[in-house]
Amino acid sequence: MMAGGTASGNANGHFITIEHLVKTYILGEVEVHALRGVTLSISQGEFVAIMGASGSGKSTFMNILGCLDKPTRGTYHLEDIDVGQLSRNDLARIRNRKIGFVFQGFNLLSRTTAIENVELPLLYGPSTNKERVQRAREALNLVGLADRAHHHPSQLSGGQQQRVAIARALVNAPRIVLADEPTGNLDSRTSVEVMEVFQQLNENGITIILVTHESDIAEFAKRQIVFRDGKIRSDKQVTARRWAADVIKQMPLLEDDDEDAA
Amino acid sequence: MKVLNTVLSAFRALKRNKMRSFLTMLGIIIGVSAVIVMLAIGQGAKFSVEQQINALGTNVLIVLPGSQQQGGIRMGAGSMTTLSEDDAFAIQKECPAVALVSPGTRGGGQVIAGSQNWATGVEGTGIDYLEIRKWSVEYGEFYTEQDIRSAAKVCVLGKTVADNLFPDASPVGQTIRIRSVPFKVVGVLKAKGQNAMGQDQDDLILAPYTTVARRLSWWPNLRQILVSATSSSGIAAAQNQITELLRMRHKIAPYDADDFTIRNQADLATAATATTDILTYLLASVAGVSLLVGGIGIMNIMLVSVTERTREIGIRMSVGARSRDILTQFLIEALVLSLLGGTTGIILGIVGSRVITGIVNWPTIISVFSILLAFGFSIGIGIFFGFYPARKAALLNPIDALRYE
Repeated sequence: MMAGGTASGNANGHFITIEHLVKTYILGEVEVHALRGVTLSISQGEFVAIMGASGSGKSTFMNILGCLDKPTRGTYHLEDIDVGQLSRNDLARIRNRKIGFVFQGFNLLSRTTAIENVELPLLYGPSTNKERVQRAREALNLVGLADRAHHHPSQLSGGQQQRVAIARALVNAPRIVLADEPTGNLDSRTSVEVMEVFQQLNENGITIILVTHESDIAEFAKRQIVFRDGKIRSDKQVTARRWAADVIKQMPLLEDDDEDAA
Repeated sequence: MKVLNTVLSAFRALKRNKMRSFLTMLGIIIGVSAVIVMLAIGQGAKFSVEQQINALGTNVLIVLPGSQQQGGIRMGAGSMTTLSEDDAFAIQKECPAVALVSPGTRGGGQVIAGSQNWATGVEGTGIDYLEIRKWSVEYGEFYTEQDIRSAAKVCVLGKTVADNLFPDASPVGQTIRIRSVPFKVVGVLKAKGQNAMGQDQDDLILAPYTTVARRLSWWPNLRQILVSATSSSGIAAAQNQITELLRMRHKIAPYDADDFTIRNQADLATAATATTDILTYLLASVAGVSLLVGGIGIMNIMLVSVTERTREIGIRMSVGARSRDILTQFLIEALVLSLLGGTTGIILGIVGSRVITGIVNWPTIISVFSILLAFGFSIGIGIFFGFYPARKAALLNPIDALRYE
């Protein structure tokens, strides 16, 4: 069910190509320049950490990448598609089929069970009821929460909730997972565990783009891009990449009642 | 998104706020049941008015001789002597829309029985008079075909006449004198009370028309022919057939006026049912206003719901829900609300109508039409008042909805 390694990309071989991206909000009478011309390309299978202080434009950038928001100017190609030209419906379809989201606040539907949350993207696709349940199970299995399928989010720990959210992001076999501060609400050990899941997914060929302001989290990625004032300040490969699986082994096991052995 | 799933999730969403959902539905429940009850009362009233008019005989036609005109003076209906016994027989034989015919004459005067006397009218009738009028004999019996043929001096008394002439004894078998002519009383009619105009329908004497014509009247011909049509819908046909037949029999040239008049009670019936119809729709539209208020309640709650669930909408959009999916979701929620309310209202309306019939003894009739109307109205209200909030939800910007706190 994973997106596998089918190498597809546009003419120059890139998965994502962004040119001169500008985003300007108008708040009352003030113009806020969230992005001031960003040019960037990302290939299939990359694991990119986007860093920057708050107000640097990194979240705006992520929202545009995720087709949740439209740029004021500039172009964004996802595979061969010029996203800027798409209608609301087409954008919804892209979010549904190609992109998985993981948010800082988990953004689960609080009154539905874990598995129903995971099924949500499939409700807006063509799959049958039977298919949907099966794929949701598989996705929960993948994040190690098969036994919590019928728990409500309030009955799950933060780490577990985030893993449900990751399962939801994966259930439609997206080409790309966008994570906006996925560890922002988690303690350090749980953060590393979540990063382990991301690293595994990346090893399976899924492109991952992650916004974080914690530099130790960014070290789990392959490439680090730093935003400042709506522009890219630095863009470099991670030299000393950390492996979450190794880090966990060295961490002291805390008295921890809300976590299952992952 | 599949409709069934949407309906299920709508039910789940409404279950989350049970009290709120119930109160919202209450507006629709009250509105729909009020419409059902009002229509039931109105249609019940219409039915009983129709029945009363039918009891008077809506399928009864009265053929009267035409008016006489001497110089410029017109004498009014019945002043001519153009109707004959043979006309009556011909109508009976040749008009297929006619069921029964009773030739009629009229007489009257002082009636004496022993020491009592009473002034009243005498109605000369045929054998089918009682059946046309839907009257019946209470004591004794009606005179026979033979009595009519032989112009026998027999009569049947109305209840008022019987009570006045024979306060203590049974009149059947007694002899009375009408303008000195002795008549044998063979029966007494069942009391009918006053008619719609307030006249006492029991203050009369019935006798064979042949006898009345010969003994009590200077009138050689018929004063009227009482006719019943085969059904109340056959009245027009009967009227046309009689007109055609009589014009032919009386040799009236085309374009000349009829020398007779035909009257019927169908016009009265039409007017009366039209009045009850107006009343019914008036009641129902007052009830409909409360249904409208219920609909506004739905819109209000759906707007609150959309605001409360902005974040949920954002989440759904972020995983690929299109505007249409969100629109459908909220529209179906509004529809489920209004349909649940509507169905409950229909059941409550039916029960309420029964209760009204049971307690106040008003007739109520629940028609399929009124149920369909209420049901259709519920759907309409769900769609109409659900659309605006649903559209508001559907047009949210995904990123704004996600960020909403």
